[in-house]
Amino acid sequence: MNESILLDPTAENAPAERARLPRPDNLDGKVVGLLDISKPRGNVFLDRIEEQLSAIGVSVKRYSKPTFTRPAPTELKQQIAGEVDVLVEGLAD
Amino acid sequence: MTSLPADGLIVVAKADCPTCRLIEPLLTELSAAGPLQVLVQDDPEFAASLPSTHFDQSLEHSWRLNTEFVPTLIRFENGQETARTYGWDKAEWRAISGLTDLGEELPVMRPGCGSKTLEPGIAEKLELAFGDVKLQSREIDVSAEDDDIEACYARGWSDGLPVVPPTAVRVLRMLKGTQRDPQEVIGIMPPDLVPCTVEKVAINAVMAGCKPEYMPVLLAALEASLDDDFGLHGLICTTMFGSPMIMVNGPIAKAIGMNSGNNALGQGNRANATIGRALQLIIRNVGGGRPGEIDRATLGNPGKYTFCFAEAEDSDWLPLAQERGIPAGRSAVTIFPGEGVQGIIDQKSRDPESLARSIAESLRAVDNVKLAMAGDAVLVVAPDHARIFIEAGWSKQRLREKLEQLLLAPGENLVTGARGMAEGIPEKFRDKQVPKFRPGGLLIVRAGGTAGLFSAIIAGWAASGPVGSSPVTREVTL
Repeated sequence: MNESILLDPTAENAPAERARLPRPDNLDGKVVGLLDISKPRGNVFLDRIEEQLSAIGVSVKRYSKPTFTRPAPTELKQQIAGEVDVLVEGLAD
Repeated sequence: MTSLPADGLIVVAKADCPTCRLIEPLLTELSAAGPLQVLVQDDPEFAASLPSTHFDQSLEHSWRLNTEFVPTLIRFENGQETARTYGWDKAEWRAISGLTDLGEELPVMRPGCGSKTLEPGIAEKLELAFGDVKLQSREIDVSAEDDDIEACYARGWSDGLPVVPPTAVRVLRMLKGTQRDPQEVIGIMPPDLVPCTVEKVAINAVMAGCKPEYMPVLLAALEASLDDDFGLHGLICTTMFGSPMIMVNGPIAKAIGMNSGNNALGQGNRANATIGRALQLIIRNVGGGRPGEIDRATLGNPGKYTFCFAEAEDSDWLPLAQERGIPAGRSAVTIFPGEGVQGIIDQKSRDPESLARSIAESLRAVDNVKLAMAGDAVLVVAPDHARIFIEAGWSKQRLREKLEQLLLAPGENLVTGARGMAEGIPEKFRDKQVPKFRPGGLLIVRAGGTAGLFSAIIAGWAASGPVGSSPVTREVTL
């Protein structure tokens, strides 16, 4: 027995960096979702984004999480995935 | 490994054992009478003249034979053990060997010694080498580093204080504290959302300094933390102060030596200190909840090293776990998203009305005197304060109801902007009487030393209730 062998206390699979999805070249014909995580003033930020996207003719759909303290419910994630091409999320307040 | 005879006798011996030395001359006689395998645990010179002597250096044979004492004499027939004795017992040895005049000159009986397989530290190594337990965690070789504690720091496994290096032997010993399978998944650990097995719990418990007997409390605390009502994910990630705090009720608290008395919320008791710490290390190491990364706490609180204590239960006040549905006589943990400790000093009140009023006024400070129904709170009443209520016939429930009534406040004093402070509750409450805590948001426990007219407030997370975190109680099962 080697006393210098320790057992890993971590999840072991955590940090393997996940590749990001490729970003779209442009927003032509794309639907952009805006997700409010329900922190104060998230709507202020997202309202402004919506204004700017609408001005260049991009269609926008709005969503919000019931509470910022938990991950989005599966139903909401599935709904968003089915309705939009790109999602912008307002983190923090 | 040499195979053992399917028929015949086996003697397990240790040269270091005087009784084994006593019977050593008899082995020649036994060998002449039939198949004999001598297994020596410590010295190849013992009975070396016999052809069938095997130096059981790895102790594998001794371990597989469940040897507890030396000498042990075993008879095998058709590969099955049919008889066993240990120490020197003349009648037994004669019966098992079939040699009616064996050891005529020896005393009737001599006790043996403990088998080398049971020496401290050896039993676990043998179980790891030859037993059914297979630990699954990745092995990290730190032999190239001078100091294994430093190696743990270097890998980011520590909360800032030294950890006990989690060797396989220590982890196996920790797993003896629970009946649960090492590979059982306790739950999905936030924030990284990875399965947390009993084995990972045991590794972190070793690092925190737990004793194996603490495992049932730690496992219950982890299960309570992972209940969706507790909202651990958000609590780990918040900028606010709170973190899981563990309150223990029932016989397990005394059984494992927890502190509910002097300095109950402080340092110095191993069970209090290490159970709370182990839960924090699991959050850090398994869940990935590290400060500055996904733990976004602005200030945090010292309880994020460890925060665990037992209630000083007495017959007059219903213990917290029983108030929350656990039958009397059972053990349970209640998990709460605690901040730090705010003391309440009232050394003058001698009647419950006065004391309740001063406690209520102090409770207004939770979150902000102008906030309401945001954070829950635990009120810890030390025995000298509790006595004032108990002698006046006030139950915990009566105290809670009185505090709730005293804490009702006119909304006009609390709304945003009132009294020259922008912070406050929404304008719609202006004309209402507003409770400080949401229903069920004020918990009361009795703890502390028997001298001191004090109580303490442990505020919860300002996102309490369904929007964030509710306290969760879980029975401790052994």
